[in-house]
Amino acid sequence: MSRAEAAPRVRRSHWLLSTIAGATMVFLYLPLVAVAAMSVNAARFGVAWKGFSLRWYAQLLHNQVVLQAALNTLILAAVSTAISTVLGTLLAIGLERFPWPRWMRRIVDAVVYVPVVTPDIVFAVGMLLAFEAVRQAMGGLRLGLATMIVAHVTFQISFVALVVGSRLATLGRSVEEAARDLYADTWHSLRTITLPLIAPGIVAGAMLAFTLSLDDFVISFFTSGPSSVTLPLYIYGSLRRGVSPDIHALSTIVFLVTVTLVLGLQLFTRSPKEE
Amino acid sequence: MNRLLVWYGELATTRKLTTRGLALLAVPLIWIVVLLVAPLGAMVAWSVASRAATGDIEWTFSLQNFGRLAGYDAFGWTKSYLVILGTTLVISTITTVITLALAYPLSFFIAQRRPARRYLWLTLIIIPFCTNLVIRTYAWMLLLGNQMPPALLAQWLHLIGPSEALYPSTLAVYIGMVSNSLPFAVLPLYTNVEKLDWAIVEASRDLYSRPMRTFFHGILPQTLPGLVTAIVLTFIPAMGAFLIPDLLGGGKSWMLGNLIQHQFGVSRDFPFGAAVSLVLTFLTMVGLLILRRSGDEVTFL
Repeated sequence: MSRAEAAPRVRRSHWLLSTIAGATMVFLYLPLVAVAAMSVNAARFGVAWKGFSLRWYAQLLHNQVVLQAALNTLILAAVSTAISTVLGTLLAIGLERFPWPRWMRRIVDAVVYVPVVTPDIVFAVGMLLAFEAVRQAMGGLRLGLATMIVAHVTFQISFVALVVGSRLATLGRSVEEAARDLYADTWHSLRTITLPLIAPGIVAGAMLAFTLSLDDFVISFFTSGPSSVTLPLYIYGSLRRGVSPDIHALSTIVFLVTVTLVLGLQLFTRSPKEE
Repeated sequence: MNRLLVWYGELATTRKLTTRGLALLAVPLIWIVVLLVAPLGAMVAWSVASRAATGDIEWTFSLQNFGRLAGYDAFGWTKSYLVILGTTLVISTITTVITLALAYPLSFFIAQRRPARRYLWLTLIIIPFCTNLVIRTYAWMLLLGNQMPPALLAQWLHLIGPSEALYPSTLAVYIGMVSNSLPFAVLPLYTNVEKLDWAIVEASRDLYSRPMRTFFHGILPQTLPGLVTAIVLTFIPAMGAFLIPDLLGGGKSWMLGNLIQHQFGVSRDFPFGAAVSLVLTFLTMVGLLILRRSGDEVTFL
């Protein structure tokens, strides 16, 4: 029984609602459209339209700093996503599939929610201070890609665990019980039953983690070192120095990558019931 | 205590299950606990330390960093840091109110579409939400620049001086903050509104109640859990904002985030930065507790 059958009427919206919805969309997208428009504007200075040109995109390809930053961004996102997906999935399965006492569930759930509800600047400061304390106590720790990866993994684990956990919770027990009844051992049932069934959840969790890593600025800003500039950090730095038009091109590319990721994420999170 | 039980169709003992479960949980739990508890501990430790005149850190216990935030320093009392604290609370509160005022009707609008259309609308909301904040904030800097239509209009109306831009200004900070938090608010509200029981609304209409009364007694109570989540997800990130006031606001709209960043950047005063971060954590936790009392569990996604 689907919800659509229970509520057959599609209500017509009040004109005020439609206006607010339309205005909000303009509000959300107009600045991004302006950046995209400027990225194909030939003008070097100012915003006056001087004709269509892709020269700023071409210029990016020869900018070693940008290419290195793009590489750093991808390494950071890929490595942190890989680690956090494994850890987050383990956490979700370990929590969801064992008869833990209620107090323990409650504590672990609260801990998992901490990175979700703390302001990211506090999280970033905490990470920086912990790294700094380790450095002062033992020496040798330098801020760079490694510290950024550790920081990113720490907040990604929670999001992966929440996504995978909700998938596990909707599965119910019957299939796994059936596997047991047919004499599958723990490992076999996990590998051939549970993991394939929660695979969409794991993929969605991984894509969310990847998006979060790309989306992050504040945590990277605090935990990065001079040699580990990522694209958001590079853009922020050039805003301080004064903007050149290739920033528009770079921003547009990052935006388009994000759009692709979101559309991919939507495909995997769409639950089977809705299809 | 070792009990025998049937768990997912398997005859097992609690000890066996606990061992197996802990084997799965060990690595992620150790990671999370070490890397969440250690930073918190580090923050507390740094916040009670102090910076010597030489710039070195002195690990002696003192509460002077918190005193400084409250305005007491070597020269008596100043209100400068308290003003920043106040600005942060005011900007976050107003941002939350404006955001909810836009997100609430928007979530009703989306819930009234056909299912396929709803999906499109939600995707449209999520895309800016996943775009990097630096890019979104820069996009506003570009759009509010002095040669762009919004600024030209304001110049023509003599709201700002000739050839001035619309940023840095408090208005620009609000624009940036609201556009940043809108998706955070729409998503939980929509999930709530979608499940709304319209029979209650119809019953209220059948009993001749006026639209306002129907809203306050039939609709608003049903959307309370979504509203609480939306407030949490708007207010807490707003309290910690740093990039938006940094790029779009002037010195007048410094928020706690800017103060913190300043301590780790220009001032290199880690102990004071840690103290301000702790206070920010404390404030958001208090807010979270109050809201949790009044609403449902915080749900995300």
